[in-house]
Amino acid sequence: MCRLFALTSTEPVSPMRAVRALDVMREGHDGSGVGLFLTGLGGPLGALADCPILSGILTSEGERRLNQFMDDKGFTLRHRLSWNLPATPPPGTPRRGLYLVAAYEPPDRWRALPPAERELNILRTRLELKHMGLEREDITVFSFWPDVVMLKEIGDPLAVGRYLDVDREDLHARQILAQGRQNTNYAINLYACHPFFIQGICTMTNGENTAFVPIKDWLTACGVPGYEGYHSDSEVFTHILHYAVRRLGLPLAAYKHVITPLPDADMRSHPDAAFLEQLKAACRKLIIDGPNCVIGCLPDRTMFMVQDSKKLRPGVVGGRPGLYAFSSEICGLDAAIPERDKTRDFQPMHLDTAIVGPGCEEIEICRQTQPLPQAR
Amino acid sequence: MPSNAAIAPSTLSHVDLPWRIDWTGDKCTLCGQCVAVCPVRAIELGVFRKREIKASFGLSTTSENQYSVRYGIRQKTDPGFACIGCGMCDMVCPGDAITPRRNDEQPKLRMHANKGGAPRTRGGRRNDRGSLLDQIKFVRISMLTDPALDAGRHEFDLTTMIGRILPPETALETLRNQGWMPPVRKIYPLLIGGMSFGALSPNMWEGLQMGVAYLNEELHMPVRMCTGEGGCPPRLLRSRFLKYVILQIASGYFGWDEIIHALPEMKEDPCAVEIKYGQGAKPGDGGLLMWHKVNKLIAAIRGVPVGVSLPSPTTHQTKYSIEEAVAKMIQSMSMAWGFRVPVYPKISATTTSLAVLNNLARNKYAAGLAIDGEDGGTGAAYNVSMDHMGHPIASNIRDCYLNLCRIGAQNELPLIAGGGVGKNGNLAANAAALIMLGASAVQVGKYIMQAAAGCVGSEGDRCNVCNIGVCPKGITSQDPRLYRRLDPEKVAGRVVEVFLAFDSEMKKILAPLGRSTSLPIGMSDALGIGDKNAADRLSIRYCV
Ligand code: SF4
Ligand code: SF4
Repeated sequence: MCRLFALTSTEPVSPMRAVRALDVMREGHDGSGVGLFLTGLGGPLGALADCPILSGILTSEGERRLNQFMDDKGFTLRHRLSWNLPATPPPGTPRRGLYLVAAYEPPDRWRALPPAERELNILRTRLELKHMGLEREDITVFSFWPDVVMLKEIGDPLAVGRYLDVDREDLHARQILAQGRQNTNYAINLYACHPFFIQGICTMTNGENTAFVPIKDWLTACGVPGYEGYHSDSEVFTHILHYAVRRLGLPLAAYKHVITPLPDADMRSHPDAAFLEQLKAACRKLIIDGPNCVIGCLPDRTMFMVQDSKKLRPGVVGGRPGLYAFSSEICGLDAAIPERDKTRDFQPMHLDTAIVGPGCEEIEICRQTQPLPQAR
Repeated sequence: MPSNAAIAPSTLSHVDLPWRIDWTGDKCTLCGQCVAVCPVRAIELGVFRKREIKASFGLSTTSENQYSVRYGIRQKTDPGFACIGCGMCDMVCPGDAITPRRNDEQPKLRMHANKGGAPRTRGGRRNDRGSLLDQIKFVRISMLTDPALDAGRHEFDLTTMIGRILPPETALETLRNQGWMPPVRKIYPLLIGGMSFGALSPNMWEGLQMGVAYLNEELHMPVRMCTGEGGCPPRLLRSRFLKYVILQIASGYFGWDEIIHALPEMKEDPCAVEIKYGQGAKPGDGGLLMWHKVNKLIAAIRGVPVGVSLPSPTTHQTKYSIEEAVAKMIQSMSMAWGFRVPVYPKISATTTSLAVLNNLARNKYAAGLAIDGEDGGTGAAYNVSMDHMGHPIASNIRDCYLNLCRIGAQNELPLIAGGGVGKNGNLAANAAALIMLGASAVQVGKYIMQAAAGCVGSEGDRCNVCNIGVCPKGITSQDPRLYRRLDPEKVAGRVVEVFLAFDSEMKKILAPLGRSTSLPIGMSDALGIGDKNAADRLSIRYCV
């Protein structure tokens, strides 16, 4: 079972902190890969609020093609991290041409566009690059979005973290999602590595979603750009969240009502029953069937954890004002924030969404039986 | 028959008949019950005279013939009275003296069952034991990351929905603007398919209805039953139990006068309205209730004279094209109930199903599509239609589902699959396979008749005389002497048992697949089959 660890903090922290937590939980992952999602960046990248950051891995030929592509599109490179990698990668990690983290100024003509359209353009650019890269296997892109960096690599998380020097100052971030991979079903493919990202929304999951195929079939066909890939059965969680938040305009608290709606008997006594029944019917194709623990982060840097409704995975949220962590095991949390008041740790159950807002003040618990905020 | 008698072309011997009666004289009590019970008068009292020659050895006495008379059972060989193998004689015999046996010689009866130039008609099924659904296995067992569930202790949501489900964005938009939401019913995914009051005896119908009511009211299983084309008894129309009923309208519109008149007095809306365009057992053929079965009660409910055959036209006569018919019928039926009742068509599986589906996908009032495969049953049809017409259900449902997937409308236009589900007794496995191929619900008819009422019909052309009103079990007869054999309470009890057992078996299938939160519609990754071509055709896994 993959191990998940996420941090949210008022001050930028080193991603190594999350990687070390993964290492504590190493019994649960086989060191076959690690994925990092960083937002709320502290360094120069965070200051470029309007410049989407491209994260990926390229061959040297891929780099040439990328530069050409970005030039043609009218992007201007504003900042690029340079890496001083050790001569030999850790065992199991391939030698790559280039780890790319680069912020681009979008084409001038985008300035006049409404935000939704600009965001769609950014998404489409990433997809074009992805497809371009798949053709010749020379470009892999994980994200392209302002204030977001993603790193994914095969190998032991701690070794990879050291190799890529994720401790460096310019990668420090306020919100970090990290996953240590347990390679079960799929051949190691970087696109199958968590976390998954679309338009500022990121989630990672452990467990297996047994309803994957019907959900994937629907998402693939529903016509939303970016709903593709699905090398992992967990990518659907990201897209369902994106669909719920961005397409349906639902609050985060409704996400759980989409993926694991209340049973009919419990629904009847809910204050928003009329709305929730319709939601359940309309979104039935998005109902998951775990066991899954999902940790995610929204564009406003709100972080959350939910479980499937029946076959719960362990999962815990704890911390102190200013710094909270979401972990798939308590030992990971203990390693990352030992000084917290453990009596306030919270393990979300089948009805809960545990949320920590961007201010990191407290853990907010939404139960599915409570009224929905802004329910219509 | 004397050996020098004339032989007609259709003069057959017992060897030529599909069923042969084994009768043991020394066990027979000569009660005559078998002769009385035989639905087709295939046997009769036989009086056999036997001559014995008593040859004398001496000279004083002469040899002589002695005659004795023996009584017994004689099986007729006239094709019009051929034994149908129903086994009723065996059932009533107090001495275990009689039983039908299938002839191992290829029966010649087939070539002679067309007296007067009229081809054979019958009820029943296709007479083919093969079942692709039986070959499908569930191969995706949760073993590692996702543990299998405990079928006995876990909570399962096995309900499904029929009715048009709007795409999520449209649904929420409509809700916000308080627009019209198409009616949707949450129901149990196993439906009792359309078998009409008329095709079925009153006792059978009553038993089914009672069973369905019990399942709903006492066990909270939202099981629904379709009326078939034959109307609905007036009291049921005006009762609260109407909500468990799917009213069917077909091209003969039988019974709809009564239904329309009952509209203002209805306490509940029906679950749905099914517009029958076709039936899997006899695609492209209309319905048929033979005159034998049209008694006073049936005639009253259907609004027709007594004792006349009631054919429904092959197509809805008032419309000139199927697209138009579907659209208009759906519209008018929806309107009749103020757009509160889902209305969906039922067609026979065909290579043109996709065209119908695409039409429906564009019609927002269409609440679903029921497709009936070639293995479906019927109360009456030409043998040739039953045996040779129609399309198997599996690939038809799969094509339709995949087509819906392409346009992102899967589960929005629910597919209801029927025809051969449980034909060899594997009800839950067949239903689960169809659901994972893409059906939202499954319809059964014959299985319910066999399991809940003891119908003896089989794919081996046994019995299958449902059309002529002589059903030996009283299931499809309108003759009170026959249907009083069937106790409606017991039928109801069996209906309940069938559904409970089905429910447990479904859970036994879903639990190992790790599915419990919602019905696994389209979960084709769970399916495998040992036939490469079938696997490719259905886009499922080839497993050997
Ligand atoms: S098996 Fe049925 S049809 Fe044949 S003789 Fe017996 S009762 Fe008659
Ligand atoms: S038992 Fe009745 S219903 Fe069954 S096949 Fe025979 S006639 Fe038909």
